[in-house]
Amino acid sequence: MSKIKPRGKVPKTASVDEIIEIKTLIRHPMHSGRMKDKDGKKIPKRIINKFLVKFNGKQVFGMDLEPSISTNPYIAFPFKAKKTGTFDFEWTDDNGDKYNMSRKMTVS
Amino acid sequence: MKQIKMKIISRRNVLYLLGGATGSVLFSKYSLSKPNLALNKINEISKNAKVNEVDLFLDVPEIAENGNQVKVSFDIESPMTEEDFVKTVYILADGNPAPNVAKFSFTTDMGACSATTRMRLSKTQNIYLLAEYNNGNFAMTKSKVKVTIGGCGG
Repeated sequence: MSKIKPRGKVPKTASVDEIIEIKTLIRHPMHSGRMKDKDGKKIPKRIINKFLVKFNGKQVFGMDLEPSISTNPYIAFPFKAKKTGTFDFEWTDDNGDKYNMSRKMTVS
Repeated sequence: MKQIKMKIISRRNVLYLLGGATGSVLFSKYSLSKPNLALNKINEISKNAKVNEVDLFLDVPEIAENGNQVKVSFDIESPMTEEDFVKTVYILADGNPAPNVAKFSFTTDMGACSATTRMRLSKTQNIYLLAEYNNGNFAMTKSKVKVTIGGCGG
């Protein structure tokens, strides 16, 4: 299995009260628990079930994912830029593994 | 009689039966011909409060050639202030093995209520978008997607 790797695109700079779009993608198989491997055995369920975004430590966006979400979940959402700060992204999967990423944004 | 019936039921319908049995015994009977697990779920979430069917912007393709990656995005007009904002948005699908697709939690820091993601669809079905406002009101919309190749690995 390929390595689970988060990616994200946040504008480096933004002006005050500008609504920016943040795009994230994590490479994850999202096994729904229904697919079978070559030998006909069921692949156990393993999905990303939670996605959280914090800005300067405060939660701004959250998403609960279900098996109906595609492989390599892509999530895009808006954010209103007010001040300079850091975004912390966190994905949690069924095994309890957490994948983190942080991005800085400067507001002028 | 029952045995004949069993032969007609496809594998997929059996999955509906199972899903229906866990949700509601009453509806599992009907879910064979008319899958409404998503609507059951909507009633469950809204606790039977009135759900207004309004024209929220739900962007899904009319025809999805590959059910494995179907782009879904929505945009709900809202001032997103402390007094008036969209708290939660649910996406549900009535033809998938499980009706829930995603739940989004919004805050006023976001300035707008929209999001994009990609989902799996097992067959042609309706997609429901349910929005919960901070004052306890609900709004929903639905859209039909035709799926050429299903993508649930069933």
